[in-house]
Amino acid sequence: MTEEILSLITKYPKELRYALAAMQDMQRQFKHVPREGIELLAQHIGCKTAQLYSMATFYKALSLDAKGKHIIKLCDGTACHIRGANQLIDGIERLLGIAPGETSQDGLFSLELVNCLGSCAIAPVMVVDETYYSKVTLEKLPEIIDAYREVTP
Amino acid sequence: MKRTLLVCCGTGCLANGSEQVVQALENAINKMGVMGQIEVKAHIKRTGCNGFCENGPIVQILPDDISYYKVKPHDAQDILSALQENKVVERLLYKNENGERIKSKLENPFYKPQYKIALRNIGEIDPGNIEDYISRGGYEALTKALNMSGSEIIEQVELSGLRGRGGAGFPTGRKWRTAAGYDVFPKYVVCNGDEGDPGAFMDRSILEGDPHSVIEGMAICALAIGATEGFLYIRDEYGLALKNVNAALASALELGFLGKNIMGSGKALNLSVVRGGGAFVCGESTALMASIEGRVGEPRAKYIRSVQRGLWDCPTVLNNVETFANIPVIIRDGGPLYATLGTKTSSGTKVFALVGKVKRTGLVEVQMGATLRHLIFDIGGGIIDDRPFKAVQTGGPSGGCIPSAMLDLPVDFDTLTQYGAMMGSGGMIVMDDRDCMVEVARYYVKFLTEESCGKCTPCREGLRHMLDILTGICEGRGQDGDLELLEQLCQTIAESSLCALGKSAPNPVLTTLKYFRDEYEAHIHNKYCPAGVCSKLTTFVIEKNKCKSCGLCKKNCPVNAIRGEKGQAYEIDQRSCIACGSCRQACRFEAILAQGRAQK
Ligand SMILES: Cc1cc2nc3c(=O)[nH]c(=O)nc-3n(C[C@H](O)[C@H](O)[C@H](O)COP(=O)(O)O)c2cc1C
Ligand code: SF4
Ligand code: FES
Ligand code: FES
Repeated sequence: MTEEILSLITKYPKELRYALAAMQDMQRQFKHVPREGIELLAQHIGCKTAQLYSMATFYKALSLDAKGKHIIKLCDGTACHIRGANQLIDGIERLLGIAPGETSQDGLFSLELVNCLGSCAIAPVMVVDETYYSKVTLEKLPEIIDAYREVTP
Repeated sequence: MKRTLLVCCGTGCLANGSEQVVQALENAINKMGVMGQIEVKAHIKRTGCNGFCENGPIVQILPDDISYYKVKPHDAQDILSALQENKVVERLLYKNENGERIKSKLENPFYKPQYKIALRNIGEIDPGNIEDYISRGGYEALTKALNMSGSEIIEQVELSGLRGRGGAGFPTGRKWRTAAGYDVFPKYVVCNGDEGDPGAFMDRSILEGDPHSVIEGMAICALAIGATEGFLYIRDEYGLALKNVNAALASALELGFLGKNIMGSGKALNLSVVRGGGAFVCGESTALMASIEGRVGEPRAKYIRSVQRGLWDCPTVLNNVETFANIPVIIRDGGPLYATLGTKTSSGTKVFALVGKVKRTGLVEVQMGATLRHLIFDIGGGIIDDRPFKAVQTGGPSGGCIPSAMLDLPVDFDTLTQYGAMMGSGGMIVMDDRDCMVEVARYYVKFLTEESCGKCTPCREGLRHMLDILTGICEGRGQDGDLELLEQLCQTIAESSLCALGKSAPNPVLTTLKYFRDEYEAHIHNKYCPAGVCSKLTTFVIEKNKCKSCGLCKKNCPVNAIRGEKGQAYEIDQRSCIACGSCRQACRFEAILAQGRAQK
């Protein structure tokens, strides 16, 4: 992993202003910001690890715990909220046994609630990894999720 | 005849499959070419969001001026065959209330009343092609600005009366004038593309669909104040916007509109993108700047404003995406002309995200001063299923809920504020009789509790207490005195919070308390939720005589609590029902009734 982390970090100049971007890259690649990543980044920039931890815990885009293989982002912005996002949250909980912020036991799915994905006109909206699903209903939910399960015989 | 097929490839339409539509259209064009039928010379352009995503994917054909909605890949062949014969595919045209099919985009009731400045190019150009932007007058304003002094540029912005579109409505010209006045360098220009208001997507659409208008606006600002470096702070969730802006920056650099020597003038500007970290508070000016510098995005007290000491303690102008998108038009056509639009104190146009329980949802741009009624009923076409209108929430978490008695108020920076709400950045969420105003207030307070950065006590702790009380009311634990306590907390938070997040956080609660107090009281005293939303206070029953036994409710019940067969009225088993309301939403015959628990 060290190699991979270094190749992400060294793309950026040695300045604090690039710390957030570097950590976002790690988040994308490893589904979390690994401890080693923070240490290496602090060395690269020449700042304290505490500075980076304070950022990693402040920004919602970053997490210290590993997230699941597939990230389900369910919109609970106002437009989605009044068009039934709540029912979808419960629906996912029944399907996968995870509440917002949790990762399923098999490590396949993490559920995140987000506030508006900027597609309110097609509310309620759900994004799995990078794919947008519009006007999601309880009925459509299982089908969407199942498509991401690995086919294990 | 040479045709252009403009296929909407904004986030909404992509979600509805517009990429597949592009493929199908391309295949169909190629196939006709092979068959020697290539009378139709068509080429396809991928455009940004047309603002009518609910009816996507949208395909517009020029010069015929045909707009098709909800296009599916299998429609591609029909579309091209019809073009060949100069006909239209009726079934894909927009159908208005009277059942008439509308061919032209400008005749569509959704677009017709709009007046587009900030959205002027969106849907008409390929955001990935700078030539498209230039062919519609793009970068003319920058060329003009290069021959003006900074002060002359600012004068035009002042004359235009433009006020910031990010929510606060601060006069843009004045901000620029102040920044230009400091003799400290470097100076920075920053675009706020953090758009965190839940229920708003104006800025996403502009960044995705017309990134050059924002870049040009920023470049003009940089010339005016003497900045040489700038940033666009864009939400990380806005993947397509990030992609299109980065591509646009590269092509603007290549053609010399940015870089070390802008169009040979000797002036320089370097712009770069910063991806937001996903914190609502980072939309606040000082927090945003902290975030760009690589720190935790907490606001600071503004004894010294950020125009004077912003990024790295240097003079910084921060403006919203839509604010910048207006600038090229102001410089090109002159400030006084822009000032003729809108109202006296709020000039120009405003983009709104009209969403919620309204028939036509989407992005609309109108002159300032349009009434709420015009927006919701004329452009939006009224409430879905013609249910009663209850309220419209404007201004996001800092705004308020406006009741039907106030629908004729003009929307501008000052009017709604007098009534405790605000226009804000332009989110407009329409609610009907099935939305509970207490729950809506609770929703916003929950949002803000999570997004409070925690730096100051009134916001961090006060909001938590408000959330406890509101949750209690929604769950049937409301008591006498709750409302008074809420009002007290609101006052304290508004008066003593450090930044505008906390200062304006009470607005959703205060406006609902003011205009919908009876709903709060029903929750507290009768343990009854009139809208049938708060599940702990609600039971659902099926009215036997109205049930047509179609089975839709049963299909939609997530916990299988509904029993019944065709031919007989269905029935809800109250022991397993979780009162989620899915069945009521699904029922086409109003056969499902929400009742209080206490009444049972
Ligand atoms: C909590 C909070 C969130 C904000 N979010 C945004 C935002 O997402 N986009 C924005 O343009 N302005 C936002 N603002 C307003 C900005 O602080 C600032 O006033 C604005 O970007 C200035 O640009 P303008 O004058 O062009 O509106 C927010 C303010 C606060 C207090
Ligand atoms: S008011 Fe809230 S968001 Fe603003 S500084 Fe205080 S705690 Fe942070
Ligand atoms: S509220 Fe869900 S996409 Fe905007
Ligand atoms: S994305 Fe096509 S209309 Fe919005």
